[in-house]
Amino acid sequence: MSTRRNEFRYHSQLRQSAAERHAETHPLTWRLREDGALIGLDEYVDKQGYSAVKKVLGELSGQDVIDTMKEANVRGRGGGGFSAGVKWSLTMQGGDLPRGYLVCNADEMEPGTFKDRLLLEQQPHLLIEGMILAAYANNSFYGYVFLRGEYVEAAQAVSKAIGEARAAGWLGTNIAGSGFDFDIALHTGAGRYICGEETALINSLEGKRANPRNKPPFPGQSGAWGKPTVVNNVETLCNVPAVMQHGAKWYQELSGGLSDDGGTKLYGVSGRVNRTGLWELPIGTSGAELLDRAGGVKDGRGLKTWLPGGGSTGFLLPEHLELALDFDTIGEYGSRLGTGLLAVVTEDQSVVSLVRNLEAFFARESCGWCTPCRDGLPWTLKILQSLERGEGEQGDIELLESLATDLGPGRTFCAHAPGAAMPLESSIRHFRHEFEAGITHRRHAAHEDPIPVGEV
Amino acid sequence: MNENASFNIHSPIASDGDGFVLHDEDRNHILEERDHYEQPQAACIEALKIVQRRHGWVPDGAIPAIAEVLGVGPASVEGVATFYSLIFRQPVGRHVILICDSSSCFLTGFDELREAITAELGIEFGQTTEDGRFTLLPVCCLGACDRGPAMMIGDDTFGPVPPDSVAELLKEYA
Repeated sequence: MSTRRNEFRYHSQLRQSAAERHAETHPLTWRLREDGALIGLDEYVDKQGYSAVKKVLGELSGQDVIDTMKEANVRGRGGGGFSAGVKWSLTMQGGDLPRGYLVCNADEMEPGTFKDRLLLEQQPHLLIEGMILAAYANNSFYGYVFLRGEYVEAAQAVSKAIGEARAAGWLGTNIAGSGFDFDIALHTGAGRYICGEETALINSLEGKRANPRNKPPFPGQSGAWGKPTVVNNVETLCNVPAVMQHGAKWYQELSGGLSDDGGTKLYGVSGRVNRTGLWELPIGTSGAELLDRAGGVKDGRGLKTWLPGGGSTGFLLPEHLELALDFDTIGEYGSRLGTGLLAVVTEDQSVVSLVRNLEAFFARESCGWCTPCRDGLPWTLKILQSLERGEGEQGDIELLESLATDLGPGRTFCAHAPGAAMPLESSIRHFRHEFEAGITHRRHAAHEDPIPVGEV
Repeated sequence: MNENASFNIHSPIASDGDGFVLHDEDRNHILEERDHYEQPQAACIEALKIVQRRHGWVPDGAIPAIAEVLGVGPASVEGVATFYSLIFRQPVGRHVILICDSSSCFLTGFDELREAITAELGIEFGQTTEDGRFTLLPVCCLGACDRGPAMMIGDDTFGPVPPDSVAELLKEYA
């Protein structure tokens, strides 16, 4: 293999040394190796792998798993923050109902988010173990890992791990002698951000265009092929084995006094900082600590603003760095925790340009199913482009504000447009002066009397 | 769009097949994939990818061919083929370059990287080099934000890619 390819090849890398990570405190990453190599079945089993499956399938009922997950309060790590245990308790099962599907959402495409890649590439057996436990709780007979097509290395790792797990009897019929049957297939996507939306993902899995579905019915009632279907993020599912191994109380205590939420979070920092990367830390860790671990902003520049967890979260200010990065706290400041991976914007970077970049992304990625999203986002983008060029008109900012409202929650089938509205609304709220600087044109100047013809 | 670098489109209208024949291996592979799902339509995206791996893109004739193997209507295959950004319904170069244009790469040098590639190859987004070597496309956040600006060439992911090293990196793709 030639040198340049190797020199610039991307490797997913955790920024914590092995000495810093322990089974008792780092449920997601304690097994990961310093060299970042894939952990195969043997190594995973040597490091307590599949012991939660052995324990649960032998001793507990599916309802016990749901109860423990509810008590542990594992909130959806894909960005939604909905309790996985509560979601599972709403899955229809029993009686004459057919057994349904358990789908892992590995369609990581949220701008600024690079956490699931690490777990998929280096530790796929943890995900598989989490999926077996989730399937047991939800009475699912089959599972899919819905993986974005661009994650080539992750596809190889997951595919290999599924094969190993099946050969070792962790997947298939009568898992670990428990009488429980479950198997998994890898499903790789072909692009489009919208596939990460829960119901769009189900349509995509069914081989259709990835338009979201109307809710209700919720996937837990009627999902893939009309069967009860549970969709959980990679990181959420990777938390399940440790919760079932050590209990809800242990999990809750991982976050100590930092947060009401339980467990740890794979946090990260990107942008112009000295040491970008990923860290597994108690949920509720502050942005200040993360920025500190990231070595601060590069070249001594000042911090202007930051996004706490992806392109669909609201901008926060330097004063908000002291806040606990958990779902409820960040939600009180006009933003969302989202995926918990910070994007840092420095004092010399333009907020208008960045928001234009974000809205261009959302406009391009709209599936086009409902009008506010399909038409509102390109409109928003057009206004932002004029402001960026210094060709904005009086009234543009107010128009953007009303668009942000009209694209907001409750107006569309899914969360795509509301996700686009949040950075738009919050950027104007915090940085109105930057938008105002883009206005030079008089309103409707072109229409005042563009082609005078005199008396007719 | 640069006229010189435009795609080689024989006909803008979907034809009855242009003599496309589905390779036997691909047919079997599609049937295998079909068994992973409750209904055959689900294997549609994978089927398109299988054809694309062999031909580089999805020729018109592949649409009815896939529809026939799966036992679904051609419209439901075409509808899917035109929705997904990584299914190509026009010929592309031997290597497809995907540059991440999302926020974190935007903050760390996406524009400079894109300009360097455009200067080196003489193509903008959506275009293919005249020698058929490269096609340039933007892509959603590649999940390599800690090492932006990031890009893919074929199946390889790179980051960060300094703009002044682009020429040397591209040389390794014949």
